[in-house]
Amino acid sequence: MKREVIRCEMLGVEIGGVSVLKGLSFSVAEGDFLAIVGPNGGGKTTLLRVLLGLQKPSEGVVQVFGAAPGRAVGRIGYVPQRLFFDREFPLSVRDVALMGRIALKTPFQHYGKADMQAADEALRIVGLSALSNRRIGALSGGELQRALIARALAGKPQLLLLDEPTASVDPEMKTTIYDLLDHLKSTMTIVLVTHDTGTVSRFVGRVLCLNCSMVLRENPSASPGGEAAQQVYPYPVDLLLHESRNPR
Amino acid sequence: MPDLFAYEFIRNAVLASLFASVACGIIGSYVVVKKIGFISGGIAHTAFGGIGLGYYLGINPLFGVIPFSLAAAIAIGLLSRKAKVAEDTAIGAFWAVGMAVGVILIGLTPGYAPNLFSYLFGNILTVSVADLWMIAVLDILIAALTWLFSKEFLALSFDEEYAEVSGVKTTRFYLLLLCLIALTVVILVRVAGIVLVIALLTIPAAIARVFSSTLRGMMGLATVLSAFFCLGGLWLSWQLDLASGATIIVLAGIAFLLVHAGRAFISFLKAR
Repeated sequence: MKREVIRCEMLGVEIGGVSVLKGLSFSVAEGDFLAIVGPNGGGKTTLLRVLLGLQKPSEGVVQVFGAAPGRAVGRIGYVPQRLFFDREFPLSVRDVALMGRIALKTPFQHYGKADMQAADEALRIVGLSALSNRRIGALSGGELQRALIARALAGKPQLLLLDEPTASVDPEMKTTIYDLLDHLKSTMTIVLVTHDTGTVSRFVGRVLCLNCSMVLRENPSASPGGEAAQQVYPYPVDLLLHESRNPR
Repeated sequence: MPDLFAYEFIRNAVLASLFASVACGIIGSYVVVKKIGFISGGIAHTAFGGIGLGYYLGINPLFGVIPFSLAAAIAIGLLSRKAKVAEDTAIGAFWAVGMAVGVILIGLTPGYAPNLFSYLFGNILTVSVADLWMIAVLDILIAALTWLFSKEFLALSFDEEYAEVSGVKTTRFYLLLLCLIALTVVILVRVAGIVLVIALLTIPAAIARVFSSTLRGMMGLATVLSAFFCLGGLWLSWQLDLASGATIIVLAGIAFLLVHAGRAFISFLKAR
């Protein structure tokens, strides 16, 4: 049996008295490629923040690598949705990738040769080797997104969490990023928050819908249904606030 | 002007300028990239309470500033992080209350408060040998801590959320950074004064950022620029018989305007 990487049981999250997630149960096994889809406000990013230990659940059980979220920092790579940073920050692309190594270092340690190599290797994987000395603020949207993926990969994570990595890039770059994830999925567990319900069904193993019924009603053709559903739901996934438990 | 160095107060002023510039370059760079100039201003103004405390207790006011500015740094940091007080509200409250406490304490102190003006607006020519030693020790402390925790401070400045999920104790490091800002304020009080400190914490680093590709390079350049402004301002104030702290700040401000006007002009030419 494959090892369980993430386990949520009856997870509920309230932010400022508003229930964002409720009664959510699912698990992710080692090697899974899971997409979390759903409308804005459906709790996708909140769920990711819970898994990262940035948001405390108000009820239920969450375990990541068998421990409370936030306890397995060296094993998780995180790619945020968009990074608001100073475009003039004096930092090279390589320095940003190098930051992905920080979880593996103790406070007094400085980055060493092995860290440099891991950062360069991560930049090579995402195809940014040629730009590694460029200022991070000089990158285009798609390049920046790949640099953030490189930062996550530099720590050689076993679990990669991505929050809408294709939200701010053009369609061609989207394909590049999905090809990259397709390539990575053989080496690590991936959980992806996305709006690309159509594209994503070609790549991912499972889809977790948060409050999906709205999406299904509004735009059935783009939902993870139809012929893709067979691959998408190899086993049941608990759906939140659903009238129909299965979009098929 | 070799004859000038015959005066001890000139020698002290030059050394103080150089020492202060090191702290200014390092900490100012963090202040600029992390965009915490307003917090730094708040810490500096709150420190006026410490000046009042120093007068009241009859000790060197700088020794009053150290605990006061450190307390202000931690209190503003904790209030805005933990107590859900908007950061600018916390800063504004401390800014005014710190100064009010200073005024009350100075009022309670019997007699006239000498040199009060120099603590508000700086007078680098009044730096004593004891002040120099304190500045040097604080400098070493600041340089050592920022070197030890350079990767944490960099991660905190660039992407705090990522630092947090990577296991960096971001609140702790943020408070430490604010404390280092407080100590830099102590150093700069002699040079520029409580009210003008903020300019030296931001202008040299803001100019350096334009020409630097690494944070370390930015710190080095900011240090050089800060030394240039302090020494240049000192010399100008001597020549023109002006207040030294204010002259330093005005010189820095003019350089800042020129660099940014130059940049705007260049991008205007490129756009044509």
